[in-house]
Amino acid sequence: MSNAPHSNSQSTSTDSHVRSVLSEIDASIRFPALFFVIAAILWLVVGTGLTLITALQSYLPSFMSGSEFITYGRLYPAATNAMLFGWGCNVIFAIGLWIISRLSLAPIRSGGMLIIAGLFWNFGLNIGILGILAGDLNAAEFLEIPGYATPLLLISYALIGAWGILAFRARQGKGVYVSQWYILAAFFWFPWIYMIAQFMVVWFPVRGVVQSITSSWFAYSFQNLWLTPMALATAYYVIPKVIGRPIHSYALALLGFVSLALLGSWTGMVQLIGGPIPVWISSVSIVAAVTMVVPVITVTLNLYLSVKGERAVVWRSPALRFVMFGVLSYFFANMVGSLMAFRSVNVITHFTTFSIGQDQHVIYAFFSMVMFGGLYFMLPRLTKREWPSSRLIYCHFWGSAFGITIVIVSLIVGGWLAGNQMNDATVPFSDVVESMLPWLMIRSIGVVCLAIGHLAFIINFLWMLFATGFIRAKHGPTLLDSANQGGAA
Amino acid sequence: MKNLPLLFCGILIALAFSFTGLVLSSYIQLGSLAQTTETLDEIGNFVDGDPLYPAKMLGSAQQGKAVYIDLGCVYCHTQQVRRAGYGSDIERDWGKRHTVARDYVTQGSVLLGRQRTGPDLMTIGDRQSDANWHHLLLYNPKITSVGVSTMPQYAFLYETREIEGTASAHALQFDADSNYAPAAGYEVVPTARAEALVEYLLSLQLNYSLPEAQISE
Repeated sequence: MSNAPHSNSQSTSTDSHVRSVLSEIDASIRFPALFFVIAAILWLVVGTGLTLITALQSYLPSFMSGSEFITYGRLYPAATNAMLFGWGCNVIFAIGLWIISRLSLAPIRSGGMLIIAGLFWNFGLNIGILGILAGDLNAAEFLEIPGYATPLLLISYALIGAWGILAFRARQGKGVYVSQWYILAAFFWFPWIYMIAQFMVVWFPVRGVVQSITSSWFAYSFQNLWLTPMALATAYYVIPKVIGRPIHSYALALLGFVSLALLGSWTGMVQLIGGPIPVWISSVSIVAAVTMVVPVITVTLNLYLSVKGERAVVWRSPALRFVMFGVLSYFFANMVGSLMAFRSVNVITHFTTFSIGQDQHVIYAFFSMVMFGGLYFMLPRLTKREWPSSRLIYCHFWGSAFGITIVIVSLIVGGWLAGNQMNDATVPFSDVVESMLPWLMIRSIGVVCLAIGHLAFIINFLWMLFATGFIRAKHGPTLLDSANQGGAA
Repeated sequence: MKNLPLLFCGILIALAFSFTGLVLSSYIQLGSLAQTTETLDEIGNFVDGDPLYPAKMLGSAQQGKAVYIDLGCVYCHTQQVRRAGYGSDIERDWGKRHTVARDYVTQGSVLLGRQRTGPDLMTIGDRQSDANWHHLLLYNPKITSVGVSTMPQYAFLYETREIEGTASAHALQFDADSNYAPAAGYEVVPTARAEALVEYLLSLQLNYSLPEAQISE
């Protein structure tokens, strides 16, 4: 491997030429990336608000039930789609494009087009979410956005994804770093799975349960081939940069990437175990879901060994603290996911909040936390300003970390207990519902913590963006000091 | 990674594999499933004169299904019965037999669901054939629920109005001592959407056998 590609070579480079190219790249992508970050944050606000309402509705059924536009059955899919396509995709566009153009040493050309594409994406998404609230939703998870809004999403995505691929094509130097594999692959995978799902489930629904099979295939591929590779690319990029040394092993990185690519989209039918589909289909997914321990262990091990011995650095750097929380969650989430694929476990967890907790584990505790870390790393470089307050970063980290832990534990434990009760036909159904109530209450406390964390993040971000006078007074990056809680860097 | 063509091919083939293996092959296996008679004759043909199952849904029930979808009922209610011995679906009387792929072939959109916050509804029309019961439940789940219910109210599907002349034949029938009944001189009348939704719920029945899934008495 010439040019030491696994060393993320610019990371430790003091070469002034590379540095000047990087700052040129940052300048070229500043406005598009900031646009996507702001959009992502606005959707995060919407998503958090809706999630909080649905969390309350889940045990207070009369809360906001007066109108059909705010009934649980509409707010829930609106919340999911705001988080996935609003927060998730926008933050991917910001960080993914930034990383791939930096690694390719290729400035983004005509960034204005990118902003226009981004405007269309968010416009389409607005129509989609309003469509859901108005009752035009499709009855397929992650695919609720009505069929009249998705063409807009696909067309605007075509432009955004093309910019990433063009940046890769224009790359300088021979080496292709592991983050580039993931980002490039995901930019190809997402439109493909989304288009197939649109055709087979939304626009021209296929007959019978093939619909459910396709939408489950999409839902899991969306997690494993879109959110996951983008988050891993971010982790692989940020960790060596902050630590200041290459990732531990090129071979492990390659194995992790290849095995994820081969297995990631096979696991979806776990969602249909015991359902009205041929047994072989769910069996295939069970095998794939259990084999997923290979990419998960290799990647986690590789990233862990890359920061080994640098615990203090990880803890002091806001970016790394978030990223490593996400990486550990990647491990635990997928271990639970593999376990959940066994029929004997699935018979209990299926149809309960266990699987919702599992989704939160992947989408929030892993993906979102890594992306927050990516933002803490990227934004100072894009804006040439430091984070104004380390207290607010603390607040964000602990709000998110604590909140999501409460959410996951309450949903998983509550779901497990409810699943056992549900399988005992002597327990009346209303007793199962009743014993879920305390867990749902605990979950809503977790969501409140998340909301507090997000609020701290947004205040810090706005402060950074607008309060220039204060920032100029600062020198050096904002770090977290573990010995002196809340102390400024 | 130097071998970029390999990278590109790998990226595309990886997804093509799973698409072929899961989606396309299940489409090949199940995409042409059709209605059939309850049993087949010796050589595997339909029995002459027997009705075909699953039956096609009536138009009014179809409209009700659209209401079911647009209110997001699927987030809390599944429509699938698991086989005896796997879960307690059969013991809970949620169906006399498990559901198979063919049960869904006449449906425009398939609502298997993945959460049982509330009970399964595959056979709710068999279990509760009283339209008034369904209307009361939708109007306010507390009226009909035994024990705790976390189901939201769908009172917005109903209209409370002053009785003018004779009471409507469609008005909801409350128990005499019900706390939820409207004031004297008023009645609660379902809107067209509520009527359609209940029509749909009543149509959710699984009282037929299929060659691959017989109801065992």
